[in-house]
Amino acid sequence: MAKPGFNHVGPRGRAAIVHGIRTPFVKSGTVFKHLSALELGKAAVAELVQRAAIDPVHIDRLVFGAVIPDPQAPNIAREIVLAAGLPRGIDAYSVSRACATSTQALVEAAQGIIAGDIDVAVVGGAESLSRVPITVSDNLADALMAANSAKDALGKAKPFLELGARDLLPKAPAIKEVSTGMSMGDSAEKMAKENRITRAAQDAFAYNSHKKAAAAWEKGIYDAEVMHMLLGRDYGQAVVKDGIVRPDSSLEKLASLPPVFDRNYGSVTAGSSSPLTDGAAALLVMSEERAQELGLVPLAFVRSWAFTALDPSWQLLQGPVFAAPKALERAGLTLEDLTLVDMHEAFAAQVLSNLYGFESKEFNDRYRGGAKPLGKVPEDKLNIHGGSVSLGHPFGATGARQALTMSRELSRRGEGFALITQCAAGGLGAALVLER
Amino acid sequence: MSNMFAHLNLSHFRVSVEEGIALVTFDRDGDKVNSLGTPIIREMEAVVDVIEREASIVAAIIVSGKEDTFIAGADVTELAAYTTAAQAQELSTRAHKGFARLEALGREKPIIAAIHGAALGGGLELALACSGRVASDADVTKLGLPEVKLGLLPGAGGTQRLPRLVGLTNALDLILSGKDVRAKKALKLGLVDEVVPRPVLLEAAKRAVNKALQGKPLRPARGFTRLRSPLAKVLRDIADPEFLQEVALEENPVGQRLLFKKAKERLLERTHGLYPAPEAALDAMRTGILEGSEAGYAAEAEHFGKLVVSPEARALISIFFAQQATKKDTGTTAKVEPREVKKLGVLGGGLMGGGIAYVSATKLHIPVRINEVDDAAIGRGLAHVRQLIDKDVERRRTTRFEAERILSRVTGTSSYDGFANADLVVEAVFEDLELKRRVLLDVEKRVPPTCVFASNTSSIPIASIAEVSSRPEAVLGMHYFSPVEKMPLLEVVTTAKTADWAVATAVKVGKAQGKTVIVVRDGPGFYTSRILAPYMNEAAWLLVEGASIEDIDAALVEMGFPVGPLTLLDEVGIDVGNKVAHIMAKAFGSRMNAPEAMDSLIRDGRQGRKNGRGLYVYEKGKKRGPDASVYDLLGGKSRGRSRIPRDEIRERVSLQMVNEAVRCLDDGILRSARDGDIGAVFGLGFPPFLGGPFRHVDRQGARAVLERLKHYTASFGERFRPAEGLERHAAAGTTFHPM
Repeated sequence: MAKPGFNHVGPRGRAAIVHGIRTPFVKSGTVFKHLSALELGKAAVAELVQRAAIDPVHIDRLVFGAVIPDPQAPNIAREIVLAAGLPRGIDAYSVSRACATSTQALVEAAQGIIAGDIDVAVVGGAESLSRVPITVSDNLADALMAANSAKDALGKAKPFLELGARDLLPKAPAIKEVSTGMSMGDSAEKMAKENRITRAAQDAFAYNSHKKAAAAWEKGIYDAEVMHMLLGRDYGQAVVKDGIVRPDSSLEKLASLPPVFDRNYGSVTAGSSSPLTDGAAALLVMSEERAQELGLVPLAFVRSWAFTALDPSWQLLQGPVFAAPKALERAGLTLEDLTLVDMHEAFAAQVLSNLYGFESKEFNDRYRGGAKPLGKVPEDKLNIHGGSVSLGHPFGATGARQALTMSRELSRRGEGFALITQCAAGGLGAALVLER
Repeated sequence: MSNMFAHLNLSHFRVSVEEGIALVTFDRDGDKVNSLGTPIIREMEAVVDVIEREASIVAAIIVSGKEDTFIAGADVTELAAYTTAAQAQELSTRAHKGFARLEALGREKPIIAAIHGAALGGGLELALACSGRVASDADVTKLGLPEVKLGLLPGAGGTQRLPRLVGLTNALDLILSGKDVRAKKALKLGLVDEVVPRPVLLEAAKRAVNKALQGKPLRPARGFTRLRSPLAKVLRDIADPEFLQEVALEENPVGQRLLFKKAKERLLERTHGLYPAPEAALDAMRTGILEGSEAGYAAEAEHFGKLVVSPEARALISIFFAQQATKKDTGTTAKVEPREVKKLGVLGGGLMGGGIAYVSATKLHIPVRINEVDDAAIGRGLAHVRQLIDKDVERRRTTRFEAERILSRVTGTSSYDGFANADLVVEAVFEDLELKRRVLLDVEKRVPPTCVFASNTSSIPIASIAEVSSRPEAVLGMHYFSPVEKMPLLEVVTTAKTADWAVATAVKVGKAQGKTVIVVRDGPGFYTSRILAPYMNEAAWLLVEGASIEDIDAALVEMGFPVGPLTLLDEVGIDVGNKVAHIMAKAFGSRMNAPEAMDSLIRDGRQGRKNGRGLYVYEKGKKRGPDASVYDLLGGKSRGRSRIPRDEIRERVSLQMVNEAVRCLDDGILRSARDGDIGAVFGLGFPPFLGGPFRHVDRQGARAVLERLKHYTASFGERFRPAEGLERHAAAGTTFHPM
């Protein structure tokens, strides 16, 4: 039984994921380096609407997100509606929840459908880490603002006279916690140590991630989920596959990589981390009844979700350990009921730490007030088609990517439940349960 | 208020007076658009009388009472009814007098035209006679003098006032091409004094009135001209040497003569002397500038009179009316609703497929899904669409953002995903029956049962494709012409099984794509390809008989075809032409036979422009002279060139087309002679000033045409045997069109 008080059924039924698509995920600075998050998102949404064979006038709302904001297009969702040639009357807003951004977008749509606010939504996220907004130093920013409001040439020149050479250096956005100053890698490193995650276990995890992703490509699982991008004004350059998956990954190669965040005592390497990635993913979500009216067969339904937060100075990326039990409780399910578990892999060390948190009595006694551990996730249910380490991690798109793969997998199986989790900056945790 | 106008009992004008300014609203009774004609001019004169007489009125503003037109031009129906040049000349003279009074009155009491929507022909001429013009910046606001397109010239002073206002070079450009310009360009040319958003148009007109009353110029001095120093003059010269050159030429009689001479040369190159209207317009402008206004107006009126009753104008006007009629034609007499097309599937991303995708995405504003074999082919299709849209951006027909928006709606697939909600699928795959049948079956499995399947074949009978369909009622032909984005015609082809709703749907889509649509019955070559076949064959026969390539092409170009048949063959592809020729010969028997010698061109690997080897020599993709080695290939008489007079060439080749057109009407391929004229003119470039094959026969008389066909039958046999319809009309002395 679902937990009383939590509702996943609206006046027109549950929120159904009907269709989805993503761009290939590629290493930042490579083939998509000239595309912004907006352009990637636009491509995915335009293709989604075409493939789903839905008249776009039925779409009530578009919820979209990117983690690194584009100052030229602060409401990326609305810009996508306009740029993708969708009806201008589609409402749109943007969300930001670090690596759980597109899970948030999906939940927004589900909430809207359950509340009877909307009937059909397109949700998703995009990220370009090739085209991040480069900002200027605070001192230079002050000078520019002062010059802008000055009346004459002298007044315009004056503010710059006080600047030092350092002030002129551009600043790229840091992937760093504002509150602690620690990078994500530093946090993963800290968690590996505190949870006693070995280097060998991390390498093995990364190895399996690549093998599973490569196998999924091999089996054609991703051919149906990943659109072809035709680049250039002549559309002559086709990008049809993910660029990060290494079918030839080997344990030896992984073992040979040096730790990057703690060179002396560390264990987290580039090989066991998700790389900076460009890409976008989008889902078509609608009420159960609307899907029926339009003759569309849902892939899966949203059953429950939960978002949690923890102290960033502790184990920054342990969010799933707190969010997953909450979401399962809301769904009235236990770990044993699940057919599939898909966890965002920021780092192998983080996933292994999360799994440790799921299983360990000691951990649960200490950090979850003696709550019953969730249990051990069977290996054959976990990240069966790879994860962010092997597929890549465009921050804003990962949640939608996971929901897409899981809902298609549930659809293939014809029944079951899937748990999806993300850890996110700021100590946030996200968990989502899909059912079929 | 307006009681000083009450006694006039106006039916086309409303006049109100406020603070001494008469607001004259032109709202032609019983019509959706404003046009000028005798009753209008008569009322207008009365209104001008009152404005002139009433001391309390100090100025006037002329606006339109119609939603999106100012004044669309002269009432063409009235012009078409004139039987003598004198009647038309009188109308012109009357307009001259009326507008001259308006112009004179404007010097005392400023009269401002406030233009929103089309101000064309007589509408613009009226505005030109006003003391000033303000225009709205709306997209629908267009200004131009399109009279030459109807075989006329601007007869209400346009040839005289326009050069004075915008300079000779600009005026020549506008009047001789008949093109229109948007408000922004009009401002740049000096055609209007100010461009403002529509809601403040009237406010701007009032300000213009006040400026004029205070004797201030309506146009602020702009750019460098504002700086009145010697340095500024130098700057101006550097900035725009071309402008200076033109001004230098325009400001002295020697320069003016030179300009006119150049303009005439360029004109004749384009028209081959077949279109009297632009020549007359040029002469009227020339007279006005070199001999003074009075002579100029007189020349304009005289030319106008002659042109209105000229056969060329009659034919062009008939085409204009026919085109108007096709706009109202739903394609079927049955009372059915066309299905709404919200998504288009296109099979094949080649030149045709890409062109169809482009006109659909840009004009219908719907998503288009292109199916092609692989990413490379999809990419080529998308790139073609992008090229066309980029051109629109360059020409400022659309914005970069809007262009990208449109491009986002055009996507490709190498499977059929995204076709599940297609309302119309147009196939533009290779001309191969089996392939077309296969794609039809593939599509049918994936689209809703209400989806129309259209084949863009130019020669394969639709019924033979539809044969395999499980719902042949939704199968028809949509025969576009290449390049799709430029060619104005769409031939919708129906089989015996095609449902009326499917026809109505295809016709509606075609019109929305900006095409002039004719509906024809299925049969080999439908209408256009069928009448083209014997025309091309005859050119080939002449070639084999010994006529030279240049003579054959020149003969038809001199007749008014845009290109000669042999140039056309090279453009279409000799292989394609040969294939069609064989299909047609098979279908219609020996009268459609092409000379066997033509096969030797194929054996020699000649495909025309596309492989750089045809009847002409191509160097780096550019067409040079005729390729004399063709004569040796063809052998026979062809080797020794014999002179066949161009008159004979022209007559024989064009008669083939005309005769076959009549057969199409006899066979029920055509629904009407009107469609036959439209199809030949807009699809094949049949000289528009001849009005199309049927109008052409009507003008010469069926008997005369019949005789010529009989004459050639005697020498060449079967292929000149006259169509039954000609025999019938010749015997009865009747015409295809009501006269």
